[in-house]
Amino acid sequence: MKHLSRYRRHKAAAPLLLLFALLAIGTTFSVASATPSKSISTFARTAAIDEGRAIFLKGCSSCHGLNAEGGQVAPSLIGVGAASVDFQVGTGRMPMADMSTQAVRKPPKYNAEQVAALAQYVSSLATGPAIPTDAVLNYERDGNTAEGGQLFRTNCAMCHNFAAQGGALTQGKYAPTLMGVEPKYMYEAMITGPQSMPVFGDKIITPAEKLSIIKWIKSAQAEPALGGAALGRVGPVTEGLLSWTLGIGLLIGVAVWLAMKAR
Amino acid sequence: MSNELEAISDPGLPAHVHRKADHDPIAEKKAERQVAILFLLSAAGTILFIYSYIWISQDLFIYLPVLGTTNAKQLFLGLGLATSLFFIGAGAIHWAKTLMPDEEVIAMRHEMRSDDEDRAALVKSAKEGAAAAGLGRRSLIKRTMGLSLGLIGLSPLLLLRDLGPLPAKEFDTTSWEKGTRLVTDPGNRPIKPSDLEVGAVAQVLPQLRAGEERTLNNIGKDAVLLIRLRPEEFQLTPEKLAMTHEGIIAFSKICSHMGCAIALYEQQTKHLLCPCHQSTFDVPRGAKVIFGPAARPLPQLGISVDSEGYLVAQNPFSEPVGPSFWERNTK
Amino acid sequence: MSARERIAGTVAGYVDDRTGAAKWMKKNLNKVFPDHWSFLLGEIALYSFIILLLSGTFLTFWFVPSQHEVIYNGSYQPLSGLSMSEAYQSTLHISFDIRGGLLMRQIHHWAALLFMVAIVVHLLRVYFTGAFRKPREFNWIIGVGLLTLGIVEGFLGYSLPDDLLSGTGIRIAEAIIQALPVVGSYISYFAFGGAFPGDAFIPRIYTVHVLLLPGIFLALITVHLMLVWYQKHTQYPGPGRTEKNVVGYPLLPVYMAKAGGFFFIVFGVIAFLSAVASINPIWLYGPYTPGQISAGSQPDWYMGWLDGLVRMSPPLETHAFGHTISWNILIPGLIVPGIMFTGLALYPFIESWISGDKREHHILDRPRNVPNRTALGAMALTFTIVGLLNGGNDIISTTFHLTINQMMWFSRIGILVLPPIAFVITKRLCLSLQRADRDLVLHGRETGTLVRMPSGEFVEVHEPISAEKAWVLTQHEQPKPLELSDTDARGVKRPGAIKNKLRNRMSRANAVAVPKVSAQDLKEIEHH
Repeated sequence: MKHLSRYRRHKAAAPLLLLFALLAIGTTFSVASATPSKSISTFARTAAIDEGRAIFLKGCSSCHGLNAEGGQVAPSLIGVGAASVDFQVGTGRMPMADMSTQAVRKPPKYNAEQVAALAQYVSSLATGPAIPTDAVLNYERDGNTAEGGQLFRTNCAMCHNFAAQGGALTQGKYAPTLMGVEPKYMYEAMITGPQSMPVFGDKIITPAEKLSIIKWIKSAQAEPALGGAALGRVGPVTEGLLSWTLGIGLLIGVAVWLAMKAR
Repeated sequence: MSNELEAISDPGLPAHVHRKADHDPIAEKKAERQVAILFLLSAAGTILFIYSYIWISQDLFIYLPVLGTTNAKQLFLGLGLATSLFFIGAGAIHWAKTLMPDEEVIAMRHEMRSDDEDRAALVKSAKEGAAAAGLGRRSLIKRTMGLSLGLIGLSPLLLLRDLGPLPAKEFDTTSWEKGTRLVTDPGNRPIKPSDLEVGAVAQVLPQLRAGEERTLNNIGKDAVLLIRLRPEEFQLTPEKLAMTHEGIIAFSKICSHMGCAIALYEQQTKHLLCPCHQSTFDVPRGAKVIFGPAARPLPQLGISVDSEGYLVAQNPFSEPVGPSFWERNTK
Repeated sequence: MSARERIAGTVAGYVDDRTGAAKWMKKNLNKVFPDHWSFLLGEIALYSFIILLLSGTFLTFWFVPSQHEVIYNGSYQPLSGLSMSEAYQSTLHISFDIRGGLLMRQIHHWAALLFMVAIVVHLLRVYFTGAFRKPREFNWIIGVGLLTLGIVEGFLGYSLPDDLLSGTGIRIAEAIIQALPVVGSYISYFAFGGAFPGDAFIPRIYTVHVLLLPGIFLALITVHLMLVWYQKHTQYPGPGRTEKNVVGYPLLPVYMAKAGGFFFIVFGVIAFLSAVASINPIWLYGPYTPGQISAGSQPDWYMGWLDGLVRMSPPLETHAFGHTISWNILIPGLIVPGIMFTGLALYPFIESWISGDKREHHILDRPRNVPNRTALGAMALTFTIVGLLNGGNDIISTTFHLTINQMMWFSRIGILVLPPIAFVITKRLCLSLQRADRDLVLHGRETGTLVRMPSGEFVEVHEPISAEKAWVLTQHEQPKPLELSDTDARGVKRPGAIKNKLRNRMSRANAVAVPKVSAQDLKEIEHH
């Protein structure tokens, strides 16, 4: 596929793509209408929405309001979209364990189906960012590592640190580490701006650029120790600590041995 | 006071205690062997170093606990070098400790000062020298020499003049002009207000004119952060409010404290935090400083849209961006 | 005489005929050095410096000190195709395309950190044992100079690779220069050859880093060592050790073997650290551009306390008559460190002025016997540590679940409150240690054996300490307050009465001590 991306900026690219898209939609539509599965899928969706609503009323409405209109302690969820629900609930941040500084990632309370149902319910209230599909998330194919690094350093490193290890915000809040975070959740975080994080819209950082960022983070995560123990990849603080402990400690140890009288 | 009292007396240097190796030939042989083993370990370290340099591939990675997956070449080069050096040292020290004479020696000290005679002699010759040169008498020579020596220091100082140009007004200006489009960094794409949702940010730079190239010097003064709030959230003076557009506000990204790129925006609290020294700015109140060492709000760039609907600067920055300097006329 | 000895004799004779070195060598090869681990701290610094020269020379073979922009297409894939300076590109080249290059880079950086650690630990040893007293004041000043230059040299080295972190450091340094009243913007334009960052700064600091400062270092270190040599080393108090002698091992062969061996040990330990622990992974930081920043941007530790002071500074600026003065930069960045380093350099003179002691000292003090000095040292150390902690407040708060705001307020208050508390506690600690010494000499060591007396009472058996130990615990002098009078012999008020009053007061504080045990005290106790 890589060779295709070279032609992305070709004059004929846009019209060709449009044609292709129309064909694809037409085919899908005809296939869909030709079989009775459409009504089943609609039915399934409404069922999912109902299930999601049930879960919402039980687990979320006490803070977010009976109709997700928001409350004293929690924002309205109308228009936040499925992506936001998938991120917040899928990573276990919601429901919050306590109302302190910020919601932390923890094992999710709901299983994947329940999360999907909740997301369907919330997105049925008003349109918002949708959950990116696996096809969209093919960062290995569509991303560029070096470009992603540059974007990461301009847009993300000030909070998440140069190697995506996380960093401090004000009043005890913090940007979490991105090590081991699933590409889907990173993508969702960028388009929805959870908690302290701002939104990075698709015109500001294009979907392809988002994939580049994810590709760079994954490459940084997979990067082996090139120069030895990474010391947390937080910069000179741990290096200074090591020189004041192990470094000078070893040397003073030898100095003590050197000055000790032999028996 | 105990000073008047008699002090406890110095028992003198304790008697020398002989080491095992001093009188036991077996212990001596053992110590000798130990030293030899240390030196041999060093030699083995050098061999490891050579082996690693020539034969271990740059792309070989091995897994080790604590270190994780590590580059084998770097690790074994380092361990080889460390071994070869450390054990030479250990061998030499062990040799000195166990086999070289360990009887402590006493050397006498002498006061640092010279004898009075020597001092007097020095004063005398200095005086004689000065007199011979006529330093006391010839005040014209003394003064002109002082003058010339004082002046000669100016030449090297003057030579440093061409290290750089004079700052002139360059601190006060950026590339932003009336109507300059805001473009994304990186990417250089112009931005429409609709591209930013509420809670969104964008790192932007001024659009380049044809033939222009962006230098780091430009970025160092031109970098701007766009933030979109709900218009009703602003608590600004009318003229500052007029510099915003549909809830989008633009600030210089160069910290007013020490010039770090300040782009750490917290969407919920609407605070901007500088990761260098933790100055915190309140965006709805025009980046007013609410915590940390910065003393001034971030300069605000007035923005509006052009005929094609893209965001542009209303005017250049009305004050210098970045850290303070003496000539800065801060109001 | 073997053939080898004959050849050696001929060569030595040839050299001596022309230099007369034999006389000097004869005297100095038997030079005596006292043996103590704490006397090797300065050696660690010296050896680290030599390692820095060696590894630094290696790095210069490939490093290109240029801010010229190039496109990277070296072997580190995650940066390929990006625009960067030649300085950064060549540092990547050293790290990934030169065999052993990364190792040497890491050796250079670890050696730099340990150089500074060793200097500080050495300084603390010299300070707390009073080794700076007459006749060693000059060497103390040279030492303070080396410390200061070390900070500058380290900072310049950290700035050379032109990565995102080092560029941020230069940006902050530029802001400090710019904040100088009247001349700031001019000096900044001269230093950078125009506006920041320009393309002149890295080539310029490169020359300073590899030529000018190492040259000054070499000169100062040479003088430092020559003075140690000439003045002979201080020694800890002990039986048979006096102000008039020095007890230890001769240079040849023992000390030479030990000191020479120790060089290899220091090199070995630094090579070990460089093999197992990554330092300054510039490829992760990315190339410098003023529009980017990373969370947790810090300087190396020896600058960290200054950065911490800058962070905790209140937001003070003066705006008047069309001018701006940034007190929030000047005070923590220049004025406070200026006062600290000046005070440090002048300390030997201040102490001798207070105590009125103008004699030579070669026997070291036990820190507890000079409570004021020890407490003052603890105070300065506390000040610096609070600054250092605040310099890493973001990393500390994320690690220990604190907030940077708490850390900042802790530092802002702590920097004023904690040093005096440290002073008081240390002084009391010293005095109680003196008391413990006194008890030990008078009543001996507690053996832990309980004996039941005929009366049924239990008594712990105390064992008298050795004469050597008793000597160590009582050999020190106890200073008397100066008692300068306000009036001279004829009852006329002297000039400088206030100064004398201050001096009296300080010397009284300086003379507070638990009386040490005298021979009479011991005799008295024997009678019981």
